[in-house]
Amino acid sequence: MFVLDTIVHRLKRGCETMAYPDGPAPALPDRHGGALRLDPSRCTEGCDRCVPVCPTQAIARPNGQPVALDLGRCLFCAACVEVCPEKAIIQTGDPRMAVSRREDLVLGAPAHEQVRLADALDAKLRKLFGRSLRLRQVSAGGCNACEADTNVLGTIGWDLGRFGIQFVASPRHADGLLVTGPVTKNMELALKKTYDAVPSPKIVIAVGACAIAGGPFIGHEQINQGANAILPVDLFIPGCPPHPLTILDGLLRLLGRLEGKPSNRAEGG
Amino acid sequence: MVRCGDPDLPNSMSASTPFVLLANATSIDWADVPARPVVELVRVTGEELTRGARLCALFGVPSGPDTRLVTVLAFDADNTLAVASSTAFNGSYPSLTATHPQAHLFERELWEQHGVTPTGHPWLKPVRKSSGTAPAHGEFFRVDGREVHEVAVGPVHAGIIEPGHFRFQCAGEEVLHLEIALGYQHRGVEEALYGGPHRATMSQIETVAGDTTIAHATAYATTLESLSGTEAPLRAQWLRAIALELERLANHTGDMGALANDVAFLPTSSACGKIRGDFLNLTALICGNRFGRGLVRPGGARHDLEPERLKQLSTRLDTALADTERAVAWFWDAASVRARLENIGTVFAAQASEIGLVGPAARACGLVRDVRYDHPAGWHRFAQAPVAVWPGGDVFARARVRSLEIQRSGDYLRDQLAHPAEGELFGELPPVAPDRLAVTLVEGWRGEVCHVGLTDGDGRFRRYKIVDPSFHNWTGLALALRGAAISDFPICNKSFNLSYCGFDL
Repeated sequence: MFVLDTIVHRLKRGCETMAYPDGPAPALPDRHGGALRLDPSRCTEGCDRCVPVCPTQAIARPNGQPVALDLGRCLFCAACVEVCPEKAIIQTGDPRMAVSRREDLVLGAPAHEQVRLADALDAKLRKLFGRSLRLRQVSAGGCNACEADTNVLGTIGWDLGRFGIQFVASPRHADGLLVTGPVTKNMELALKKTYDAVPSPKIVIAVGACAIAGGPFIGHEQINQGANAILPVDLFIPGCPPHPLTILDGLLRLLGRLEGKPSNRAEGG
Repeated sequence: MVRCGDPDLPNSMSASTPFVLLANATSIDWADVPARPVVELVRVTGEELTRGARLCALFGVPSGPDTRLVTVLAFDADNTLAVASSTAFNGSYPSLTATHPQAHLFERELWEQHGVTPTGHPWLKPVRKSSGTAPAHGEFFRVDGREVHEVAVGPVHAGIIEPGHFRFQCAGEEVLHLEIALGYQHRGVEEALYGGPHRATMSQIETVAGDTTIAHATAYATTLESLSGTEAPLRAQWLRAIALELERLANHTGDMGALANDVAFLPTSSACGKIRGDFLNLTALICGNRFGRGLVRPGGARHDLEPERLKQLSTRLDTALADTERAVAWFWDAASVRARLENIGTVFAAQASEIGLVGPAARACGLVRDVRYDHPAGWHRFAQAPVAVWPGGDVFARARVRSLEIQRSGDYLRDQLAHPAEGELFGELPPVAPDRLAVTLVEGWRGEVCHVGLTDGDGRFRRYKIVDPSFHNWTGLALALRGAAISDFPICNKSFNLSYCGFDL
C-alpha cells in the first residue's frame, strides 16, 4: 500500500522546498541571535567584563585600546551579550555572516561594528562555478554538527541541487573543498592530499568556528587552529555550528547568486 | 546495600570488599575507593565481569611518575555502580582483555595514555595517537591466501561524514575480517581537562560528539553537581530530560531516513531528512541552537520553557511525530525494505555482552540495557520510558529498536510536557569538593555516556574520563561485518551510526 500512501502524501504536501532566496528566508528561532554587533563607543572606561566570560578568548581589550571581537573564534554562546552593562555587544538576529577575508570577522575598529559580508568570486571563477559548483567535504576534527547542518542543505526543504551546488564523492570531480573541524594534526595529511587531488582552479570554504580558528579547541597542540593554517581559504562561515541558512547564504553569496534577491536585505531582522 | 554515596554512613566496605558501591550521579571520597595491587585489581574486576557486571570505564590516574588504574563497573540488575583502583605502579600488568574482551580498547588506551603494558593483550596497538600528520595505527590484521584481497577505505569518505579508516579482508564479496582504525578526529579533549574545569571546558564537552551535545553536557553538569554535593533544581532536570529525548528523536529519525536512502527507498529517506530538521528546530526553540549548545550548565539550565513556548513546542512536536510515524510506516510496510534488512550484519547476543555493547545496538541483540531504566538519575528517577528491545542482532533489529524508541520518546515527551516541573531553573553551585570522585551515566541516543570526575586537593580535575558509547560499539560494527557481503557495509554502518569524534576525543 505504500506506493499509494506516498503518492497521496506527496500530493497533499505539495512542494516542500522553501522559496528562499526568491522569497522570504525561513524564520530563525527567536533565541538564535544571529550575528553579533559591537559598538565600542558604548564601552565605559576600563570595563572588560565581556573578556573573561568568553570561552574561546574571542574578545580582547588591550590597555587603552577599544574592545575587539573576533567572530571567527566566536561560538555564539552570548555570554558576552549577557554581561555587557552598556549593550555594546548585541545580537542582530541576522543569519548572514560569511566573509571572504579572515580579518573581516574582527569587529571593533571604527566603521567595523559588523562583519563585512563576502564578495562574489571574480568574473572568471564565477563563469566557471556560478551555475555549477561541485564540492568535496572534508571533516577534519569536526564534531558532526557542522557536517550535519551542511548535510541538511541536501534535504527537500533546502534542496541545494537547485542552485547547481552538489557534494561529490571524489576530489577529482570537485571544484573545491568544504572543510569542517579545527584540522587535527591527524587529519592534516589527508586534508592536504584531498586538496592536491582537486583540479585547479579550486576554492576552499571553511565552515564553523573550528575550521576558522580552532573553535572550542583553540590552542590545543593536537590541532592546526583551523583550515587557514593549511590551505588558502576563500570563504569563512562562522557559527558553532552555523545555521543551515548561514551556510547557504555564504555559498550563494560567493557565487554571486544573491544579487538583486529580495531576501538579501541590507539590514537583518 | 550500603549507599556509599551517603557521607553519613561509615564506609566499612572499602577495607573488606574489593569495590566501593555507589549510585549513578553520586560521588565518594577518593580515599574511600579501595586500592589494591594491580594484579589483584585485574583479578577481582575479571571475577565481577564473569558474574555479569559491565565495564563502564577503565582508565589511569597519574600518580607522580606512576599510574593508578581505576575500574568502574555497572551492576545493571542491582541499579548499582562499583569503583575500585590499583595502587600506583609502572611497567606492565596482566591483561584483562585476554579473558574479558570488553576491556580491549580500554587497555590499548591505557597503554597509549600512560605507558603501562597489558601483558597478554592479543592486539596491542595505538587507539588514536598522532604520528606527525596521521595517526599511528601499527599493523593491520591480514588474511593470506590467493583468493583474498584487501579493501582500504578512508579516512576521507564519500559522503559528508567524519573521517576514519576501514580495512576489509575479503574473499570475493565476503568480508572475512574488518578492522577499524580511528584517531583522525583527536582534538585532545581529555588532555585539556587535567587541572580543569577551564574556561573552554563546557564548550568542549558540548562538542565531544556534536550530535550528542545534550547527553554529554548533562553528564558533565551532573558530575560537577555531585562533586559539589548538590543537584540541579527539578525544573532544570525536567528540561534536560526533554532536551535529551529531542536529541534522540532527531538522530533516530535521521538514521531511519539514512537507512532508507541506503536501500534506495526514497519516500522515507526524503521525509525523514526533513523531519529530523523539525526536531532539531524544536531544540532550537528552547535554546536557539539546533544541537542544544548553551542549554545545559552546571547548576541548572540556561533557558526556560515558558508556558507560551511550551505550548508551541507541544504543537510542533505532535506534527513532527505524526509525520515521522507516517514516513516510518512506509518503510516497514514495504516487503522489499524488510527483506533487505533481515539477517544482515548480525551480532549475536553472546558476542554483544562479551564486547560490552551499549544503547540501541545492544538492545537490538535482546539485551535489556538502558541507563534511564537501570541507573535512573536526574528526572529519570521520576519518569521513565519503557525499554525498547528487539531480538535478532541484525540491521532489521537495530532499525526496529530505533523505530520503537521514536514512539516511546514521543510518548514520554508528551507526558512530560503535560506535567512541567515548577521552580527555579538555576540553583547555587557550591565549590567542588577536593579529593572526590563522581560517576555519571546518561543514556544518550547511541547509548551509555559515562563521565568520571576526580578532583585533586584543590578541587581541580586530577582526572576527567569520558567514555562515549561509540567507544564500546565500534567493535560491534566490525563483528557485524564478519561473513557479510562488503556491499552490506553501508547499511550496517548506518544502523550503528557511531561517532568518530566521540571515540577520538
